[in-house]
Amino acid sequence: MRLIRTLFIAAAGALAAVGFASAAGEYRKPEPFTFSFDGPFGTFDRGAMQRGFYVYQQICAACHSLEHLAIRHLGQRGGPFHDPAYPNPNDNPVVRAIAAEYIVEDGPDEFGEMFERPGRPSDRFPSPYANEQQGRAANNGAYPPDLSIITRARHYGAPYLRSLMLGYGEEAPDYIDLRPGLYYNPYFPGGLIAMPPQFEDGLLEYADGTEATAEQMAYDLTVFLHWASDPHMEQRKQLGLMVMLYLLILCGLLYATYRQIWRKVEH
Amino acid sequence: MTEATQTNGAHGEEPSRRDFIYIATGGTLAVGGAFTIWPFIDQMNPAADVLALASTEVNISELEEGQEITVIYRESPHFVRRRTAAEVESARDVNVASLPDRDARNFNLGDGAPATDENRSALTAEIAEGVEIDDALRASLLVTSANCTHLGCVPTEGAGDYNAWFCPCHGSHYDTSGRIRRGPAPENLSIPIMTFISASVLRLG
Amino acid sequence: MSGPSTYEPKTGFTKWLDARLPIVRLGWDSFVDFPTPRNLNYWYTFGGILSVCLVIQIITGIVLAMHYVPHIDHAFASVQRIDRDVNFGWLIRSIHAVGASMFFLAVYMHIFRGLYYGSYKAPRELLWILGVVIYLLMMAAAFLGYVLPWGQMSYWGAMVITNLLGAFPIIGGPITEWLWGGFSVGNATLNRFFSLHYLIPFLIAGVVALHIWALHVPGNNNPTGIEVKSNRDTLPFHPYYTSKDGFAIALFMVIFAFFVFYWPDALGHSDNFIPADPLVTPALIVPEWYLLPFYAILRAVPDKLGGVLLMFGSIGILFVLPWLDTSKVRSMRYRPLARWFFGFFVIACLGLGWAGAELPDTLVPGLGALGVDFLLLGRVLTVYYFAYFLVILPLLGFVEKPSERPASIEASVLGGSSKSAPAAAPAE
Repeated sequence: MRLIRTLFIAAAGALAAVGFASAAGEYRKPEPFTFSFDGPFGTFDRGAMQRGFYVYQQICAACHSLEHLAIRHLGQRGGPFHDPAYPNPNDNPVVRAIAAEYIVEDGPDEFGEMFERPGRPSDRFPSPYANEQQGRAANNGAYPPDLSIITRARHYGAPYLRSLMLGYGEEAPDYIDLRPGLYYNPYFPGGLIAMPPQFEDGLLEYADGTEATAEQMAYDLTVFLHWASDPHMEQRKQLGLMVMLYLLILCGLLYATYRQIWRKVEH
Repeated sequence: MTEATQTNGAHGEEPSRRDFIYIATGGTLAVGGAFTIWPFIDQMNPAADVLALASTEVNISELEEGQEITVIYRESPHFVRRRTAAEVESARDVNVASLPDRDARNFNLGDGAPATDENRSALTAEIAEGVEIDDALRASLLVTSANCTHLGCVPTEGAGDYNAWFCPCHGSHYDTSGRIRRGPAPENLSIPIMTFISASVLRLG
Repeated sequence: MSGPSTYEPKTGFTKWLDARLPIVRLGWDSFVDFPTPRNLNYWYTFGGILSVCLVIQIITGIVLAMHYVPHIDHAFASVQRIDRDVNFGWLIRSIHAVGASMFFLAVYMHIFRGLYYGSYKAPRELLWILGVVIYLLMMAAAFLGYVLPWGQMSYWGAMVITNLLGAFPIIGGPITEWLWGGFSVGNATLNRFFSLHYLIPFLIAGVVALHIWALHVPGNNNPTGIEVKSNRDTLPFHPYYTSKDGFAIALFMVIFAFFVFYWPDALGHSDNFIPADPLVTPALIVPEWYLLPFYAILRAVPDKLGGVLLMFGSIGILFVLPWLDTSKVRSMRYRPLARWFFGFFVIACLGLGWAGAELPDTLVPGLGALGVDFLLLGRVLTVYYFAYFLVILPLLGFVEKPSERPASIEASVLGGSSKSAPAAAPAE
């Protein structure tokens, strides 16, 4: 039996190793970075989320869609502009104002024509391109990926995104053939990325007075996009804490019951 | 099995301790089970995207007197009618006490408001800040659910005893204020939350 | 082993019912007064844990089917909608996805337990075979379910697995097209996979009923592998094993909940959050962790048909295992040599899983200096996998000298022999 127990522990270890070690392709591991949303009690940095959304709007949205998010999501519980006074995010004035800045296509009207109108919170974020072909045509054949679930869709998640955004500027190694329209970024699988460097210090001016260094913008954007990828994270971890406490108490009680029942039995 | 029977007198306290453990375990399981069921029930309630679409905007500027359009609000049809003066007149002449359903059934007013025509017309709609809109137009506008309160069929326009709405399924007659007058339907056609967000646009919900 | 029924209906209604449909009697005899060996350890709780896993998967699956759209244009977005907008959708989907892994974790414990204690041997051959059928159905359900979110791994997983059947000469091509309902994995494929994914759990539930029936005829095996000889060897299932299983299930739920709430993506693959794209293959296509060993066996053979046959053979061999093991002794507790080979077998299975997760020509960490890549590792371990069943177990029955066994289950419990002591320890 001891043998089996040892094997069981080894199995658990091997399982974890497989989970971590299945990275594909040749690329640099992202710079380690501790986010406020890490760990079992992690929460999102609300200021960073708001600034990150501003970075997305000002810089990323020109090429990258956010197709699985509606504008109202910004004001839902756990979102960057959540306000407890407005349990329905459609009523949240900040969200309404953001929505009104967008022009969305609607219709058909009673004459069968499509028309444009100001956005409403229930609208999805408009995509910068009508379809993938248009996106490719506008970007030398490289389609800018949708950012709705980007941190969950990349192997190293949030740290990868942050490192990628700050990873430009190094001299490409000799074996990499730097074709025109491509940039060297060691954190990107293969090292060649079609996205030009985006951030430089002071490119934007934040409303809350935070200094918009490249580092700051990369951090803010990562926090925002991680929320976008996993919008119920805070709720999940809060509920998880209660469930774990409950289960531990239940385990204790069931163990006591078990011992009580087996008390007089040799086994 | 004989070992399991209680024989040792030294354990006189045991039964109560044992009962406590069993009751505590059973109770904890029951509470956990009850909480676990909730997500599985709540998932069938309208989802956030469905709730978010729960408003509809109606352009009323092109509505002629006596004209009626049907719009979809919260996935179900609603009548939007700009009534003629005669229709409003006849609706106002009715004694509320004589109605089968005396409640206005108007979500803008809440329960218990009397079913007068004023309480059913768009006079009860909220007006957004800075919007100016003619009182007569508001009084003539009637927005009601288009599902008969009996079993949900859509009543026919301009038919029945009151030349307003008549439900062909089981013969319910509604008057020009959308109130039930005769037939099996128990309630007046309900009136959704309304807001004039401009002089020409009425928002439902 | 199951003696005469001890159920006695007391009220008028239960008497009336018992004369017409003795369902209460069936439940009583199977789960209340069922005589169960008194020495079952925690490895025997995985049967109960697996029942709970099946119920969880069925309930969460039915709920997810209420919101999921089986169409290639909407499947991915409908899963996102479940995660974002459906009330508690993120929780229910997480339970279902993590639940699949937990189900396999538990079933592997259950299978290895059966292998170690010789639970497949007469008179329990059918019980074992039904278990292998359940395992096959589980793999089918897991594969079909993984396709449904219609991410990159879904699409390419479906592509690779359905193409396996193309390896068969002559019939391969037509069968693959028949399975796809087209010329490639497409909308028709997704629709039928959804339908079948919904069906299979109920088939599993049916075979589980047979599995339990087949268990209750000879009764449980036990860590000594010695048959029950008297009622002093057994305890009624309730409350003794209901309480023990209950505690084990709660403990298992702690692990389950940890993944659901704190690490929901750990057992999945990030590429599956990228919508399916028939034009772009991911850099590394790997199945879910629980199918990795078979993937490694598949890749161990350079020939397409050979790999497919070997992979199916690795599961098929389990069907004939009861007749391959020639030892008269059931439990490896009393088989000093077999224990070691069993230990290596477990390590081989884990190693195959590791090899399946990596690219074949990547060097194995620590063994790279010897030029061992994962392909070679996979091949060596595949040989051992088959040798264990085809060579070691058949020969060991003739070669091995079993150690001394207690006279009965009761003697093993009360005798305090040094060999049974560690087995009793985890129960304490």
